[in-house]
Amino acid sequence: MEFSQVRVYHPFVGPFDPCPPILTKTYQTPVQLFIPFQPPNLPQFNPQEALFKGTLWPALYSPYESKWGKEQ
Amino acid sequence: MWVYEKKLQYPVRVSKCDPHMAKLLLEQYGGADGELAAALRYLNQRYTIPDKVIGLLNDIGTEEFAHLEMIATMVYKLTKDATLEQLKAAGLDPHYVNHDRALFYQNAAGDPWTATYIQAKGDPIADLYEDIAAEEKARATYQWLIDMTDDVDLQDSLKFLREREVVHSLRFREAVEILKDDRGTKKFF
Repeated sequence: MEFSQVRVYHPFVGPFDPCPPILTKTYQTPVQLFIPFQPPNLPQFNPQEALFKGTLWPALYSPYESKWGKEQ
Repeated sequence: MWVYEKKLQYPVRVSKCDPHMAKLLLEQYGGADGELAAALRYLNQRYTIPDKVIGLLNDIGTEEFAHLEMIATMVYKLTKDATLEQLKAAGLDPHYVNHDRALFYQNAAGDPWTATYIQAKGDPIADLYEDIAAEEKARATYQWLIDMTDDVDLQDSLKFLREREVVHSLRFREAVEILKDDRGTKKFF
């Protein structure tokens, strides 16, 4: 199972809220929270992919996509 | 001393004429959690941190300057050809009357950078915890900047910078573990 780096919660919706409610909110829980100390000999990206991703190690890769135009 | 390489750490391409994004990007240029604050914080703290982690602060502080150059390049590209009308529409007219199109160390709201953004407590754990917090705040700032543009090329460079904050945060967390000097010891409960 792919480990998710996003957590979801559902804030309280009041009966008199002035704006249409956002029912689902998310927050990021990136990889560094779950690796107290990087173990040796982890698998590596090839150099080109490592440059593109910003890290040499898949275990440290944390993708993020823009919310522009995607908010409910 | 430093050896300068006349290239950016990661390519910066801006595909959309959006001077307002330049204003927002200033948060990472001269903001409290920006690259300038990060570089100066780490390169200053390194003198009074235990030997084992001096090199880490040196390396990360140096890389922050490389990130600062990338942000500067983005801001410059987004403003250099903007007309006065475009600058005004982007909310950059107060910037123009003070600086023309020059870059300046201020945040997105126009507040000038100040050393009160950073700290050197001298206590290694306090300093490293501040550094971890700084990396997480910079990561969050990059997320909100990525959210505020639909320019995929600009997003690409910002995603790279966000990933570097993730890696730096982990390295500072590892530095704390090194200073705790508790790894590999047998624990009996």
